Amino acid sequence: MSRSLNRILFATLAAVLAAIWGLPFMYSVWTAFHAEQYSANFQLDAPLTLANFVRAWQAAPFSVYFINTVILITTVLIANLILCTLVAYAFVRYRFRWAGFLFALIMVQLLISPEILIVENYLTLATIGLTDTIIGIALPYLTSAFGIFLLRQTFMTVPRSLDEAAQIEGAGAWRVLWDIYVPLARPVYLAYALVSISFHWNNFLWPLIVTNSPEVRPVTVGLSVFATVDSGVEWSLVNAATLMTTAPLIIAFIFFQRQFVANFMRAGIK
Amino acid sequence: MNKRLPLGLACIMLVAPCALLVAFTHYPALRAILNSFWNNASSRRPSRFVGLENYQALLADDRLAQVLVNSTLYALGTVPLAIVLAICMALLVNAKLPGTALMRLSFFMPTMLPMIAVANIWLFFYAPGIGLASKILGIFGVAPINFLGRTDTSLASMMAVAVWKEAGLFMIFYLAALQAVPANLKDAARLEGAGPVRVFFDVVLPLLRPTTIFVAVNALINAFRLVDHVIVMTEGGPNNSSALLLYYIYTVTFGQRDFAYGATLTVLMVAILGVLAIFQFWILNRRAHYQ
Repeated sequence: MSRSLNRILFATLAAVLAAIWGLPFMYSVWTAFHAEQYSANFQLDAPLTLANFVRAWQAAPFSVYFINTVILITTVLIANLILCTLVAYAFVRYRFRWAGFLFALIMVQLLISPEILIVENYLTLATIGLTDTIIGIALPYLTSAFGIFLLRQTFMTVPRSLDEAAQIEGAGAWRVLWDIYVPLARPVYLAYALVSISFHWNNFLWPLIVTNSPEVRPVTVGLSVFATVDSGVEWSLVNAATLMTTAPLIIAFIFFQRQFVANFMRAGIK
Repeated sequence: MNKRLPLGLACIMLVAPCALLVAFTHYPALRAILNSFWNNASSRRPSRFVGLENYQALLADDRLAQVLVNSTLYALGTVPLAIVLAICMALLVNAKLPGTALMRLSFFMPTMLPMIAVANIWLFFYAPGIGLASKILGIFGVAPINFLGRTDTSLASMMAVAVWKEAGLFMIFYLAALQAVPANLKDAARLEGAGPVRVFFDVVLPLLRPTTIFVAVNALINAFRLVDHVIVMTEGGPNNSSALLLYYIYTVTFGQRDFAYGATLTVLMVAILGVLAIFQFWILNRRAHYQ
């Protein structure tokens, strides 16, 4: 009896907390789908409309922003996958002088990430003339200590015997990497890709500093410019633009919820 | 035993990736230290060596003092609150209640959103008169509060935003840890007559400690490096009441174009993070037997 009562209590608590947590987002969704005059007064029978999305899309070059973000995250992801794999492979499979020191040096980036070094990194970009370019936004993130760490941990679990067997068959260093290590690390690559994509889709401060012109802005910077300047602070428009720019991630999450959560877990618990 | 790394392979595997990393992590950190001893160049004269002058300015900077107090309060407020909420969420999601998928979605959604979108959503939520915060206060007959426009509520409002965004991510890590807790331990405790509360505090919570340390480290670093919401929602105001350290670096450097002082503040930031890292290392070593 008290057990089932406990359960009901628990379920109520859960429902209340989930509802409170969802409230700010739901309110924003509600406003985005209704005309401006309803954003101040909540009426259940207010007519739904998509006009806010259409107007927001036309008021700022969101299609350009989207393309820029896609170029940015693809560049960073491809560079990360290749470069982190190479470094992790070298650490796991070979011995060389100063290996421990070099690894510690790389791990420094986990603590002092590029977000914190905006001042000097901006000066570096200005020196080499890459401010206001997409490659300039991507440059500090091309090698990732987190990726190297994750892949090294994974590569270390690859059975030695597999590696040696491949060598006896006459496979060289690159063959062994491609045929043995990379396939066995596939789930980790997927997990890392998800984390990397969501991080760079969401990144704001560094792109804000680097970019000046609309042609190279990613969606986050575009959204902030839109919310403060272009929209004339019309709440239904701002909310529509906010949803629009995050929709791809939200839809992807709802589709892949199970794998996403599992992969996030696997990425974290190591 | 591993083979020695041939020089050719070393060049391909290590030199290019590490050069990029060093160029945007170690080089800027060292250059910030160097630049903090020089003043700004102007059109008339180049920058010159000023010794500790920038650091003297640092000590005399009242705004910085306020910013550091804000950052400390922000970290101390958001990290424990987000961790406690994340544990609660993980317990609720793990309890196999009806509607678990929806609940998990609700908790995890804010994590997926960019901070900039979160800031817009909460800007609207806090908007005096229009926002949901005012409406809810209205139900209880309280006059609308301009949460972001008052010196005594602006920082707390920022903290609420950060907790809302981060707790869902931490929940995932706790969820993983909870599912790894051996069922027989809990069963044994129950047989001994321990109630659910006892089982949680005496059996489950100690096993969650490694996760808590991992989450706390990440949360603490995030508390220092994520300031997007401050830029969008309050611009540090009113009267500096919601300015955080990284935001201050951003305004000094790119608003006032004072790169020398920006470099000095960067050195301060790196030093703070370094001290935190050493502190965490010490705790991790002390707690190592739990892992």
